Amino acid sequence: MHDYILEMRHIEKSFPGVKALDGVTFQVKREDIHCLIGENGAGKSTLMKVLSGVYPHGTYSGDIVFNGDVQSFHSIKDSERTGIAIIYQELALVPHMSIYENIFLGNEIKKNGLIDWNESILRTQAALKRVGLSDYPDTLVGTLGVGKQQLIEIAKALAKNVKLLILDEPTAALNEDDSENLLRILKELKGEGITSILISHKLNEVMAVADTVTVLRDGQTIATVDRRQQKLTEDEIVRMMVGRELNQRYPSRTPQIGEELFSLKKWQVFSDTAGAFPVIKDANIKVNRGEIVGIAGLMGSGRTELAMSIFGRSYGQRFSGECHYKGKPAHHKSPRQAIDAGIGYLTEDRKEKGLVLIDDVKRNISMASLNRLTRMGIIDSNEEVRHADDYRQKMRIKTPSIEQKVGNLSGGNQQKVALSKWMLTQPELLIVDEPTRGIDVGAKYEIYSIMNSFVEQGNSIIMISSELPEIIGMSDRVYVMHEGRIVKEILKENMNQDYIMRYAIGQGDHHGEV
Amino acid sequence: MEKSSHFSLLKHLLKSNIRQYGMFIALFAIMIIFNILTKGTFISARNLTNLYLQMGYIAVLAVGMVLVIVAGHIDLSVGSVAAFTGAIAAILQVKMGMPTLPAIGITLVVGLLIGAWQGYWIAYRGVPAFIVTLASMLIFRGAVIGITKGQTIGPFSESFNRISTGYLADFANIQGIHVTSLIIGIVAVLGYAFFEWRKRSSRKRYGFSLLPIPIFVGQIVLVGALIMSFVMSMALYKGIPYTVIIVVALVALYTFIAKKTPIGRHVYAIGGNLEASRLSGINTKKTLFSVFVSMGTLAAMSGIVYSARLNSAAPSAGNLFELDAIAASFIGGASASGGIGSVIGAIIGALVMASINNGMSLLNIDISYQYVIKGLVLLMAVWFDISTRSKGK
Repeated sequence: MHDYILEMRHIEKSFPGVKALDGVTFQVKREDIHCLIGENGAGKSTLMKVLSGVYPHGTYSGDIVFNGDVQSFHSIKDSERTGIAIIYQELALVPHMSIYENIFLGNEIKKNGLIDWNESILRTQAALKRVGLSDYPDTLVGTLGVGKQQLIEIAKALAKNVKLLILDEPTAALNEDDSENLLRILKELKGEGITSILISHKLNEVMAVADTVTVLRDGQTIATVDRRQQKLTEDEIVRMMVGRELNQRYPSRTPQIGEELFSLKKWQVFSDTAGAFPVIKDANIKVNRGEIVGIAGLMGSGRTELAMSIFGRSYGQRFSGECHYKGKPAHHKSPRQAIDAGIGYLTEDRKEKGLVLIDDVKRNISMASLNRLTRMGIIDSNEEVRHADDYRQKMRIKTPSIEQKVGNLSGGNQQKVALSKWMLTQPELLIVDEPTRGIDVGAKYEIYSIMNSFVEQGNSIIMISSELPEIIGMSDRVYVMHEGRIVKEILKENMNQDYIMRYAIGQGDHHGEV
Repeated sequence: MEKSSHFSLLKHLLKSNIRQYGMFIALFAIMIIFNILTKGTFISARNLTNLYLQMGYIAVLAVGMVLVIVAGHIDLSVGSVAAFTGAIAAILQVKMGMPTLPAIGITLVVGLLIGAWQGYWIAYRGVPAFIVTLASMLIFRGAVIGITKGQTIGPFSESFNRISTGYLADFANIQGIHVTSLIIGIVAVLGYAFFEWRKRSSRKRYGFSLLPIPIFVGQIVLVGALIMSFVMSMALYKGIPYTVIIVVALVALYTFIAKKTPIGRHVYAIGGNLEASRLSGINTKKTLFSVFVSMGTLAAMSGIVYSARLNSAAPSAGNLFELDAIAASFIGGASASGGIGSVIGAIIGALVMASINNGMSLLNIDISYQYVIKGLVLLMAVWFDISTRSKGK
C-alpha cells in the first residue's frame, strides 16, 4: 500500500484544435522527488497548471486527489492554501524589494490590520535557513544572483507551509554550482517532509535526484518508474520521451578545419557601467574555418560579454588589443557593421533579447536582413515570404503559418526562428550563446544538425554553453573562462567534464595537468 | 462543396481579423445610432464634410502619434507645439507679410527642429519621452504666449485660409454632384483594384497561396464601396476639401512607410523588443529620433491646418489636442506597451472621436456629458481590444 500525497486521475484538457492532455494519470508518493519529463509540448506545463488551479476546476475533466481528498481548485490561491506551490522558470520576485518583503508578498503577516515586519523578518530568517541561505532578510532581491533568487522562491513557498513543491525547470538559468546546490536543498527538504515535483530537460539532474520518474508524451502518460525498484538509464528515458530510438545525442561530423577566420589578441573589454573596470582580461582566441569552438565557464565568467564585444562591440565602452577577421583588423562599431561583415550572434535569452514575441515568424526571420530584401527603399514582401517559408521548411519550425506570432510557439521552435534569422543574414562566423537552453531533446538534435551543416560549408561557430556534455559533444576545441580570463584551451581529445570544470572554477592549475 | 469551403475560409478570415473589422463596425454603429437620433442629419453630405473638417488637425496628429506609441513612447507636447507653430505661421504671414507657401515651409521646418530637439533628448540622452514631452508641453505653451504677447493674431491671407476652408475646384457640376471628386473616387477604386490584382499575380508567380476568386472579388467590391461612399459623402456637398486631401495623402504616405520600408519595420521592432532590435543590427537610436522628428513636423502641419481653420493663431490654441490624438491611436488598436498599432486604425479612432463630438453637438447634449461619454468610449474601446487580443492567444 503506497501513501500517495497526490493522485491525478484521467485528466483531460483541450484547447481549441488540440487535446493537450489525453487521460493523464499521475501519482506522486509522499516525500518523493518526482521528476516529470517529456518533450516540449508533451503536456507537462498544462498538467501542472491544472494541478495548481491556473486552469480552474471545470475547465478539465478528471479528478485531483490531494492528501486523500478530491480537490477543486479555482485559482492558485486555492491550491496554495491546500499546500501546493509552483515555482516557474521565470522568477516572480520583485527586484526592488527586500527578501522579506518578497517572501510575504501577497501573504503579509498582519497584526491589527498592519503588517508585522518584525515577525516577517523572523520567519524569513527561518525560511532562508532551510534553503541554506545566510543573506540578511533586508537585502534587495535584485542584487542577488539567479541561483540565490531561485532559492528565495523556494523559501517563499516554504513560508506558506507548503507540502508539495512544483519546480518548472528550476536550473535552466543556473550554472552547475548553483544547480547542484539547489538539488541538494531539494533532497534535504525531502527529509523534512516536503514532496517535490521537478520538471527538467537535464537528464543528468534527473538521474541525480529522482526517486520516481514519469514520462509524458503527446498528452499521455508513457510510464512511471520508481527507481528504487527498477533500473532506468538515460537512454531509456530519451527513448520514452521521443518515442523512437535516438542513438546519439549529438550528430556526428568529421571536422574539416580550414584557414584562420577570426582571432583576438590581448583583448580587453571595459564594463558598460560608470567607473569602467575590465570585464574581459587579455583574451587570446583563434577560430578557424570549419570549426566549432566552445566557450565554457560559469555564469558571470564573462562569456556573454566576450561574445557581445566581438559582435559589433555591443557590450563594453572601451576596448584594447587586436581583433582580426578574415585576415584583416576588424573595427565593427555596431551590430549592423558586424552583420554586414558576416558575423551573427544568437542571444542567450531568446525571449528578452532575441525575438519580438508579439510579431510574427516571418518578420522575426527577416528582421536582421531587411537591407538585403529591400529594392529601391521598399521591402520586397514576396521575397520575404519566400525566405521565411524556406527556413520554416529547412529548420522544420512547427507553426500553423509564418504569420503566427512567435510568442505562441514552443521554446524549441522559437529558437529555430531565432536561428533562422541569423542564417538568413548569411554569416560566416556565428556566435551562439546557450543555443539549446530550455528546449527538448528532439529539437536540440535538430539544432545541432543545423550547426554541423553550417560549419561543414566552411563557416565557423563560437558556442557558449553551460552544459558541459553539449560542449564536449559539439566542439572541436574549447576555451575555458574564469573571472574574465581565458584560463585554458582544451583540444577535443582531452575534453572531459571534470577537467573543464576544474578550470571553470579556477582550480585548474593547482591540481596540475591531466 | 466548394462553396462551403469558401464560407469557412471567410469565417476564418473574419475571425482572425476581428480586431481590424471591429473598429470599422464600431464606427458604423456609432454613425447609424447618431443618424437615427438626429433623424437623418448626421449622415448627410453637409454634416459629414463638416465632420471631416473638424477632425482634420487631430487626424494629422494621430498619424504621427500612432508611430510614437508603436515605438513604445508617448508625446504629450503636440498640442503646445501645434499652437506654437501655428503662431509662427501667423507672425510670418500677418506681421511680416510673407506669402503662404514660404510661411508653410518655414513653419514645417520649425516643427521638424522641435521634433529633433525632443528626439535628441529621448533617443540619444535616454530621458523618458513622457518627461521630455511634458517639459516641451510647458516650454512651448510658454513660448506661444510669449511670441503672441497673449494676443490672437490674424487674419491670414485667403490662400492660407483655404487650406482648411477650400474645396477642390470643379469643372462641371451635374445635378449637385461634384464631378472632380467623383472622378478622383473612381480613379482611386480602379487604382486599388489594379494594385490588388498586381499583388495577386506576383504572389501567383511565387506559388504562394491565393484567396479564392469570389472572396478576392468580394474584397475589392467591399473596399471599393467604402472608398466610393467616403467620396460621395463629400461629392454630394461641395466636393473634397483640401484638408481631406492632406489627411488622405499623409495616411497613404505613412501606411506605406510603416508597411513597406525598413524604417517603418524598425519602428515596430523597437517597440516590440528594443534589445532584440539592437542586436539585430537596427540603429535603434536613429529610428527613435526619426519618429520624433516626424511627430514634430506633423504637429506643425496640424498647427497650420488648425490656425487656417480659425483664420487666426491664439495663445490658447491646441489645448488637449495631445489627448485626442493619443485616444484616437488607442481606440484604433495601438498597444500601450508598444509594437502594435496602425495608421488606418488611428484615423478610424479619430473618426470615432469626431463622430461622437459632432453627433452629440447636433443633439445639443451638454458639454459635461460629452467629456464623460468620450472617456467611457476610450475605456470600452481599449477594453474590447485587450479582451479580443487575449482570446486570440
